[in-house]
Amino acid sequence: MRQAMPKQAAEERAQNFAEVALGYTLEQAIAEANRCLQCKRPLCVEGCPVHIDIPGFLKLLAEGNPIPALAKIKEQNSLPAICGRVCPQENQCEGRCVVGIKGDPIAIGNLERFVADYAREVGQEPVLTPAQSLDKKVAVIGSGPAGLAAAADLAQFGYQVTVFESLHAAGGVLRYGIPEFRLPKDIVQHEIDAISELGVEIVTNHLIGQTLTLDDLFEAGYSAIFIGTGAGLPNFLNIPGENLNGVYSANEFLTRVNLMKAYLPEYDTPIKVGQKVAVVGAGNVAMDAARTAKRLGAEEVRIVYRRSRQEMPARLEEIENAEEEGILFSLLTNPVEMIGDESNTVKVLRCQRMTLGEPDQSGRRNPVPVPNEYIDLSADTVIVAIGQGPNPVLLRGTEGLALTERGYIKVNDENLMTSIPGVFAAGDIVTGAATVIQAMGAGRKAASAIHAYLLEQEGN
Amino acid sequence: MRIVEKRILAKGICLFVIEAPLIAKKAEPGQFVIVRHKENGERIPLTIADYNRDQGTITLVCHGIGKSTQEINQLNQGDSFLDVLGPLGLAMPIEKVGKVLCVAGGLGVAPMYPITRILKAAGNHIISIIGARSQEMLIMTEEMEAVSNQIHYCTDDGSFGHHGFVTDVLSQVLQEQEIDLVVAIGPLPMMAAVAKITKEFAVPTQVSLNALMVDGTGMCGGCRVTIGEKTKFACVDGPVFDAHQVNFAELLSRQNFYRDQEQAALHQCRIGVGR
Ligand SMILES: Cc1cc2nc3c(=O)[nH]c(=O)nc-3n(C[C@H](O)[C@H](O)[C@H](O)COP(=O)(O)OP(=O)(O)OC[C@H]3O[C@@H](n4cnc5c(N)ncnc54)[C@H](O)[C@@H]3O)c2cc1C
Ligand SMILES: Cc1cc2nc3c(=O)[nH]c(=O)nc-3n(C[C@H](O)[C@H](O)[C@H](O)COP(=O)(O)OP(=O)(O)OC[C@H]3O[C@@H](n4cnc5c(N)ncnc54)[C@H](O)[C@@H]3O)c2cc1C
Ligand code: SF4
Ligand code: SF4
Ligand code: FES
Repeated sequence: MRQAMPKQAAEERAQNFAEVALGYTLEQAIAEANRCLQCKRPLCVEGCPVHIDIPGFLKLLAEGNPIPALAKIKEQNSLPAICGRVCPQENQCEGRCVVGIKGDPIAIGNLERFVADYAREVGQEPVLTPAQSLDKKVAVIGSGPAGLAAAADLAQFGYQVTVFESLHAAGGVLRYGIPEFRLPKDIVQHEIDAISELGVEIVTNHLIGQTLTLDDLFEAGYSAIFIGTGAGLPNFLNIPGENLNGVYSANEFLTRVNLMKAYLPEYDTPIKVGQKVAVVGAGNVAMDAARTAKRLGAEEVRIVYRRSRQEMPARLEEIENAEEEGILFSLLTNPVEMIGDESNTVKVLRCQRMTLGEPDQSGRRNPVPVPNEYIDLSADTVIVAIGQGPNPVLLRGTEGLALTERGYIKVNDENLMTSIPGVFAAGDIVTGAATVIQAMGAGRKAASAIHAYLLEQEGN
Repeated sequence: MRIVEKRILAKGICLFVIEAPLIAKKAEPGQFVIVRHKENGERIPLTIADYNRDQGTITLVCHGIGKSTQEINQLNQGDSFLDVLGPLGLAMPIEKVGKVLCVAGGLGVAPMYPITRILKAAGNHIISIIGARSQEMLIMTEEMEAVSNQIHYCTDDGSFGHHGFVTDVLSQVLQEQEIDLVVAIGPLPMMAAVAKITKEFAVPTQVSLNALMVDGTGMCGGCRVTIGEKTKFACVDGPVFDAHQVNFAELLSRQNFYRDQEQAALHQCRIGVGR
């Protein structure tokens, strides 16, 4: 039997911002690790975007050695405490685990999280030291998972690495997007500190494209540049009434709460949530916004989604958590208009009923409107969480940077180099919104490519 | 980011010259910065009122209207801002067009000054109209006079210049002369009124919009404004826009959304509860 993750009770946690999942005990972790069959051809590893040696670390843990288990993970993943918490494991490592065919797969994510937390708590983390010291500077733009992973690897190779971040704090979505109750900010900070200890310099309040351009960076002596600026530009529905007061993008709502800590009285940034909140969308971002709104005291929080339950893109665990916390779901419901009161504040979210049509080429059934069937949901806050696009600031400030049709950065698939020699890119700014571990994996791949590129430059 | 000079321009309005060499190097008229003055502080957008590339300084002018801006105005020479991010937004396009009317109300004079200076240097004939509540609230008059061919003053109480609004003088000037461009910076209702008048006269008009902002980098969408029929983000697509396309009514209501909470914050800090 898979070890259940101890959690804060739903009624209690819906009132606070403390982490929901409490973590395994050592006994639980060892018991769970012992369920692994130590497959000769481990499919779980194929499911992990960074190919962690999963049976390897599980074996060490099962033998009662969490610290060496962590060292094994760290060979592939510099942010295990984070990935263990936020990876969509059901689609990745755990989704491929053979034990999952007949029963519950091994709780790989929970165990990854366990060993990272354990080592941190007992203060016995593997200390990484750069292999050598190279007299070359590399600039990393953006401090999200892609940038951090690239910076860590580049520092290990021996480069002098500077990370430029536009916000006043590092971490990207890990800092401003994913809420405290799912990913405590102390843990994010701890992981960032570990990267700083490798000698990586992190400078905040630098918006590249405006404060400095890529040309400025080359002139300042950086030999290569990595771009990991994420997909930060929020999409809106483009329906009437969307600019009414009380209508937020999920990014704004979550940033006010996570980065600016609007929910704590000693911080000055305001936030309003009202009694009834409608969150449009059903991905991780939507779940995070809904559960945050609940914790800010909203009486009724509802997810409004135009497809059905099966198509909801959020992690399964977070959908279940949201349900337990009393979040309501209006499925096959598509917003068509927002209606305000005399002070221009939203009052009603008008939606059209949908039904699922024939499967399209991708096999996904598309929602089609049911004629003349509308429902009015009352809402004093509407949060739009329907995805993000590429942030334009760096792109428009950089001549010669080729983009894809959708406006993301175009890279060479082999080495992730952009159309500008010496400039590499990875993460959401290349793929569009994806996952933490995919961004990290791509950041690492870019770091290796940069290393190869600089060695080759040297040779010439 | 150290404050090398502080001046009190009028009651509640302070000017800061701060060391920010990278920003000074890139700043152009119309752009702004976002500052935090302390840990736990809000991110506050302030226009770059001037810059000196050689000395590596930028000038900010801050009107203490709420908790954060009042706290900022308590900073002194030698103190530092915790964070200064910029330059943000797009620069205002500057060309030689002929006769330009620069209309500034209240604090709007500060950001208007570098724009006027550069418009003048580009060879334009400058007529400035400057308004304030009263004579004591008129700021940067000498600076503006130095870069204007002609200058008009208005005060709400009649204590100096024309007794009434800048829009009165604006209508008069537009009736008397051919004007090629109007630039208006000031409180939203003033800019809305200017836009209405210049539209009647069909004179191209630029305004600088101070939408509520969080990050200032295009990430949150909180600063969205309706321009024409389209939603734009003031921090990356602006803050300067064609006044005749701006939906001012919507912008005004968005600005007042947090008013009650902000007054509570201010009240709390005045009576010192929990801070
Ligand atoms: C609310 C939310 C919940 C999520 N939940 C999950 C989850 O549970 N599991 C999961 O795997 N994934 C989740 N994701 C997706 C995941 O967080 C992203 O795929 C991942 O963070 C992308 O990493 P990145 O490094 O490419 O970009 P980001 O994390 O977006 O980081 C980019 C950084 O670059 C900075 N930046 C941008 N432009 C500039 C510039 N011009 N100059 C300097 N700095 C700049 C930004 O401020 C930011 O800090 C979630 C996303 C959100 C928004
Ligand atoms: C691009 C831009 C440039 C700006 N330039 C300057 C500048 O050079 N000097 C300066 O003093 N201010 C400037 N502002 C406005 C300044 O940022 C706000 O006054 C400030 O954020 C208010 O913070 P507060 O906590 O002191 O007041 P709050 O307590 O937040 O607000 C006090 C009152 O002011 C209103 N208010 C809040 N924000 C704004 C705003 N953005 N515009 C108008 N009214 C607002 C509130 O509704 C409330 O009634 C600029 C704003 C933008 C977006
Ligand atoms: S990094 Fe993510 S996908 Fe890989 S093993 Fe860990 S939890 Fe699974
Ligand atoms: S697939 Fe499952 S059982 Fe096999 S090695 Fe991986 S975790 Fe263990
Ligand atoms: S202030 Fe956040 S997008 Fe403009």
